[in-house]
Amino acid sequence: MSHRTTYREALREALREALQRDPRVFLMGEDVGRYGGTYAVSRGLLEEFGEGRIRDTPLSELGFVGAGIGAALGGMRPIVEVMTVNFSLLALDPLINTAATLRHMSGGQFSVPLVLRMATGAGRQLAAQHSHSLEGWYAHIPGLKILAPATLEDARGMLWPALQDPDPVLIFEHAQLYNLEGELDETTAVDIRSARVRRTGTDLSLIAYGGTLGKALAAAAQLAGEGIAAEVIDLRVLRPLDDATILASLRKTRRALVVDEGWRSGSLAAEIIARIVEQGFYELDGPPARVCSAEVPVPYAKHLEDAALPQVPAIVAAAHELCG
Amino acid sequence: MSASLPCPRELALRLLHDMLRIRRMEERAAELYGAGKIRGFLHLYIGEEAVAVGALHALAPDDAVIATYREHGHALVQGVPMNAIMAEMYGKREGCSHGRGGSMHLFDARTRFFGGNAIVAGGLPLTVGLALAEHMQGGKRIAACFFGEGAMAEGAFHEALNLAALWQLPVLFCCENNLYAMGTALARSQSQTDLCAKAAAYKVAAQAVDGMDVLAVHQATGAAVEQVRAGQGPYFLEYRTYRFRAHSMFDPELYRDKAEVEQWKARGPIHSYSARLKAEGLLDEAGFLALAAQVEAEVEAAVAYAEAGSLEPLADLCRDVYTSAPGTQVQP
Repeated sequence: MSHRTTYREALREALREALQRDPRVFLMGEDVGRYGGTYAVSRGLLEEFGEGRIRDTPLSELGFVGAGIGAALGGMRPIVEVMTVNFSLLALDPLINTAATLRHMSGGQFSVPLVLRMATGAGRQLAAQHSHSLEGWYAHIPGLKILAPATLEDARGMLWPALQDPDPVLIFEHAQLYNLEGELDETTAVDIRSARVRRTGTDLSLIAYGGTLGKALAAAAQLAGEGIAAEVIDLRVLRPLDDATILASLRKTRRALVVDEGWRSGSLAAEIIARIVEQGFYELDGPPARVCSAEVPVPYAKHLEDAALPQVPAIVAAAHELCG
Repeated sequence: MSASLPCPRELALRLLHDMLRIRRMEERAAELYGAGKIRGFLHLYIGEEAVAVGALHALAPDDAVIATYREHGHALVQGVPMNAIMAEMYGKREGCSHGRGGSMHLFDARTRFFGGNAIVAGGLPLTVGLALAEHMQGGKRIAACFFGEGAMAEGAFHEALNLAALWQLPVLFCCENNLYAMGTALARSQSQTDLCAKAAAYKVAAQAVDGMDVLAVHQATGAAVEQVRAGQGPYFLEYRTYRFRAHSMFDPELYRDKAEVEQWKARGPIHSYSARLKAEGLLDEAGFLALAAQVEAEVEAAVAYAEAGSLEPLADLCRDVYTSAPGTQVQP
């Protein structure tokens, strides 16, 4: 069974379902209510569920993310929306110093079942304070789980298991994906543990997530016409990483190319390549490669922004180099 | 009830007993620190005991409490056994946080003690969230947060007060004004030193109270709790108190005069209160000595418990990073 929808609507359906199924679930964040959500994800939910459960907050990321943690400790299942990952930096203290540590620091007494959603990524000419991809930073932190839904199925299906998880889960929605439209297969089982092979191939593994998945798939389609069968892996879960799926693909293709919208230095791409080298060095035909964002704050002008981000031609070129 | 004491005799004596328990536990902890048994930071509450004791006895046992990194006293009065506190300072698995937290991170789910938080003002937004959860679930429990006056320079204070007042949540904000944020005096770090005025700016009811007088603390807190529990929104209490010891074991105390410390010590909460109990005829010297001996025995038993405690096996190093059943540990 499937129906036509968008990534935005799939997220909204997931929110609606969660609010209907569990009275402990509520949504809070800036402009999630009357405004309908900065990206219109929560439009209509205030009317349906009321102000008690769709809570507009002041511009207080530190305050309302901290309050979300407290509400989770107090038995609720809060979904906290932060407008963009850039603004989440105002809430780093409660996230890193408390949500991620509490379980351990309390000797296992207190879990923090918080779900935090936020937009990430560039591509809309919003310049350097609204465009960064910092999910790799968060993926550095033990105690957090990091999700990056890149498909309609994941936009629809990741929220509920995230809410069932007793630990803090951060969901990164690439802002370029909200208008993604297509057929949503309602029968797809969605977990929050594994990476998925989105296209099979034998010559090269393209490893992508979130906003770069579409670009990797487009590159794979082009490469197919050029005689290279690329396999495309969607990481989906950035912490904990599903090493097994990556390595199983590599044993087949023997070549790895990571596509990551984060900056190269200290990136998630760096971590993935380190794991590939540690665990699969002798499977490889050559050094793993990566296409990342240029090491510059994301600029405003369209041609500069485009040049700063991983793009299909760069992925294709890197693939040819690996397979050459 | 005695003629002039505002509480029953049993509670009046309990307040003294708890202040003595904190004092002696911490004096012993300081000795043990010197002996190398306790490491890391150790922030002593000595001098401020009347605040935790008076305030927490005005709360219900199932109210939620969050405190700072100077929280040994709060944990003890909230009901965390002294044995578990001492074992935690020793880093033993029998500690109330299984040796993962230490002095600054005492936790106890059973008594709803949501921890020592070592980020200044870090506990305030959490407390707002605990109160929000209670409010949404229609409960009557309130959430109390202890913090120093230094926390009022942090953004978290302002965001938390605004949220709590905006949503009329059952939060008791307990400011322990000991005049110094580590070594920086209030007037050297905050443009507005009238702390109640800051709370009032968010339309939060606010009152200052003598934090060296355990009965005054108890009374003022009791009145505030009544309002908060009745659904009248958050309340801010400023307890004017003083830290007799250094900020931590590493502090050479260059920022304050010895004479100032001595002046405050003259108003010490324990001796002034025990003198009052004696004057009221509720306690005699023999009674005091008996109480002191009881406390001494509890402290020594706690030390013995901690000494006899075990170390968590290294194989469990990464336990409790994620919530999982044994054997299903999530690998990073």
